[in-house]
Amino acid sequence: MKNYDKKFIIDLYENGGRLTERKNKDSYREIIIQEPVSVNAEGSARVKIGKTEVIVGVKLNTAEPYQDTPDEGVMMVTAEFSPIADPEFEPGPPKEEAIELARVVDRTIRESHAIDTKKLCIKKGEKVWRVFIDIYIINNDGNLIDASVLGAMAALKKAKIPKLDKDGNVLFKEHTKKNVPLNATPTACTIFKLDNVLLIDAEKREEELIDARITLGCFGEYVHSMQKGGKGAFTPEEFNKCVKLAIKKNKELQKILSKF
Amino acid sequence: MVYAKRFDGRKFDELRKIEAEVGIIPNADGSARFKIGKTEAIVGVYGPKEMHPKFLQNPRKGTLRCKYDMISFSVNDRARPGPSRRSQELGLVIASALEPVCLLNDFPKLIVDVFIEIPQADAGTRCAAICAASMALADAGIPMKDLVAAVAVGKIGDKICLDINKEEEDYDGPGGATDIPIAYSPVENKLTLLQLDGKIKGEDLTKAVEMGIKGAKKIYEIQKIALKKKYKVDEILGKKI
Repeated sequence: MKNYDKKFIIDLYENGGRLTERKNKDSYREIIIQEPVSVNAEGSARVKIGKTEVIVGVKLNTAEPYQDTPDEGVMMVTAEFSPIADPEFEPGPPKEEAIELARVVDRTIRESHAIDTKKLCIKKGEKVWRVFIDIYIINNDGNLIDASVLGAMAALKKAKIPKLDKDGNVLFKEHTKKNVPLNATPTACTIFKLDNVLLIDAEKREEELIDARITLGCFGEYVHSMQKGGKGAFTPEEFNKCVKLAIKKNKELQKILSKF
Repeated sequence: MVYAKRFDGRKFDELRKIEAEVGIIPNADGSARFKIGKTEAIVGVYGPKEMHPKFLQNPRKGTLRCKYDMISFSVNDRARPGPSRRSQELGLVIASALEPVCLLNDFPKLIVDVFIEIPQADAGTRCAAICAASMALADAGIPMKDLVAAVAVGKIGDKICLDINKEEEDYDGPGGATDIPIAYSPVENKLTLLQLDGKIKGEDLTKAVEMGIKGAKKIYEIQKIALKKKYKVDEILGKKI
């Protein structure tokens, strides 16, 4: 059964089609970014890529800085694969896949210095802003990493810093007009390999059959993160194609993000 | 933004000194030690054996499971013992780096456990782990298409460097440091691990991965020597590795 499906998807692709209708075989499904998801978050966003849906919230609180970066705010990314999103997701603490996703999102944001952490210092060595980026999968129809990075950056773009009272406690219900300071708005593009075919934005029915995938987190001309997943592998020639394709597709995603 | 000379004096495409040894843990079905510079990984393989709990069994093929663990005193700042988010992700990516060469169809429902410990770390631990694990799997007699060799390439300042150490990984001069661990199977001509963090242009990334493949091919030869040594197929060059 599975082999038949794989051949079907490859034949379809080679004849210019995909399972779900798109502009062309190498374009994303329709991407929708909305906000807010929760008015109680400092910033939040919902991203839909086709039937895949993720929601991302940004919450801030104050914390002690790390010793080696006394004047920089800190950031943390978590991902929850809620059982609401897929019959195969089970309740319980995050599993390897959720941890991997959170860490790829984390690296894309961290390595591109997307958040200007120096501007999140309240008092050097004592108090800084801590930014939590929490990702919840609402419906899994494939390509969760790309959707999650897009959601995280959209939520960060909208996030406002809360007010502090005169003792330095956070007044969560009141926000300043200041945005969370951003230097960059990176995105991630995952390329999925089925035999010798390279697909972008695989939906779940495609993703279940892939040999391997590779995600590149980019901003402009630069690659900031990369992660190969899946049980198969890439030839060096395929890899070089993936790098070029991902940089190109990421620029398209950044254009969509810039309009949000 | 010139990084003219490497901190430890190596050439830009030079690996650190390597030691490789197979059969170091008598209780394990297969085992290996791989040391590159000051980074060392030891691996014990157990299996194929019955998988518990049973609902996790795959009726079509065997399961490969990797547990990566840093020993608490392997780094300057004591690592908290037990699993972390990092170690869980690494277990997953190491397994997916090894699985492309393992023929798991021969033992459905069974599991092969790969336990990795890092006693001493100086960057490149996941790559050392993959090198050791692929030797240990071969030592355990797991049917494989090939060995996998892994190495971290870096862009340090303006230079692409093979097998970066911790000092280079932490380089914060102009241009910064980009860390690109890769794994490569020469027979299959396939890249089985590709990760990156930092900042690099597409064309430099392609070059870096090419350099990594060259380095991996050298490591591969050493892995083969170490394996043959245990089984005394021949005393290659009569050299001690």
